[in-house]
Amino acid sequence: MPTRRISGARNVVGDVLVLVGTTKGAFVFTSDASRKRWRVDGPHFPGEAVYSLAFDQRAGRTRLLAGVHSNHWGATIRTSDDFGRTWSEPERQAVRFPESSGLSLAQVWQIVPGRPEEPNVVWCGVEPAALFRSDDAGVSWAPVDGLLEHEHRPKWMPGGGGLCLHTIVLDPANPDRMGIAISTAGFYRTDDGGKSWRARNSGVRAVFLPDKHPEFGQCVHKVTHHPARPERLFLQNHWGLYRSDDWGDSWQDIANGVPSDFGFPIQSHPHEPDTVYAIPLQSDEFRVVPEAKLRVYRTRDAGASWAPLTDGLPQSRAFESVLRDGLAVDSHEPAGVYFGTRSGKLYASSTDGEQWKAIAESLPSICCVKTAVVGPA
Amino acid sequence: MGISVVLPRALVPYARGVGTLQIDAPCPTVRDALAATAARWPAVIDRVLTEQGALRRHVNVFVGDESIAFLDGLDTRVDEGATITIVPAVSGG
Repeated sequence: MPTRRISGARNVVGDVLVLVGTTKGAFVFTSDASRKRWRVDGPHFPGEAVYSLAFDQRAGRTRLLAGVHSNHWGATIRTSDDFGRTWSEPERQAVRFPESSGLSLAQVWQIVPGRPEEPNVVWCGVEPAALFRSDDAGVSWAPVDGLLEHEHRPKWMPGGGGLCLHTIVLDPANPDRMGIAISTAGFYRTDDGGKSWRARNSGVRAVFLPDKHPEFGQCVHKVTHHPARPERLFLQNHWGLYRSDDWGDSWQDIANGVPSDFGFPIQSHPHEPDTVYAIPLQSDEFRVVPEAKLRVYRTRDAGASWAPLTDGLPQSRAFESVLRDGLAVDSHEPAGVYFGTRSGKLYASSTDGEQWKAIAESLPSICCVKTAVVGPA
Repeated sequence: MGISVVLPRALVPYARGVGTLQIDAPCPTVRDALAATAARWPAVIDRVLTEQGALRRHVNVFVGDESIAFLDGLDTRVDEGATITIVPAVSGG
């Protein structure tokens, strides 16, 4: 790995960023590629909740984006081009619903840079459930009308976290196709660049509804896929682990060997399309890890089997919980895997999840964990 | 004579460092006063009202010593010379 300093920052190519959003601010953890020692900056936005973070290094940028929520003054997206030393302070609320919608922004739940071929496009998912697009790398935003005006909207119901659009998956090969997930509405896909959206939940249960298999209304918690095989999706549901091999047209149960199929986060491995990580929880009524053992589960065969990863994680009296965006995987080899708990502990593995170490133990409650390797995208 | 709008510390930077704003336009109600404020200091009012014009949930507004929550909300009458004070609610976690 060549050593090259990124302009205006002390980071070099190959460094790993772990971006941690909490209920009381954001923290930026940085390490070199060995991922043995970490330095931490923060809190950024002290006192404000950060449910979404992203790092965009397309088109020569090194831009952090943060969805920041003040309990008093509302939500906004702020950006930093110097790894968090300074942040934009937008005068106006950039993510805003049109007056005709009758909706008001509550929270920014997800920020996703667009495809490499569209280096200025950034997407964000918000509460109340809507998708916004930026064409200037996150400065100004416009709602995606096809979803904002969707005929199902009046029947979407908020989950415990509110009616949030929390997941955005892009098709790297087809610029007109992308998927989103909403709690509680389910998984939707567009094949025409966002003009129209169809619910894609066939096979996904809604255990909390009289009709267990509705067209929409499922409480999808998170969806992931590997760019090399984008049609193969993995979905953590409010009860249920699923895989689709046809971009969501149909789903199959893959809860084979997990102690519970309830949970929130699910993340793909960067180099192995059939390797996925999940962190099951006991149940919807008792949202802690099963048997109070903190275990990350990994499948290496697309869900045919799952095995626990426990080395370095507490295996007794660990009443921990991890939220839907609390798990992230970097692109090094072996991959770094990171997760943060609601009790403020941040765990890291630099060995594909084989061994773990706590790199922070007293953060505020962790809402999201994102990671990126600094360098050519 | 107009009216005065007193900002909390967090919003002063959005009014270019001014903590008490003077509004000279006629403002029969709090809604009118906030609209007049928005015309000159839109960043302040973005943080007080939602994009639908509703008062944010954890923001309190007083006319004199009275909270508009116990009067007529944004339709509360504002007399010439009144002071409107914007205060973050005592909330958090």
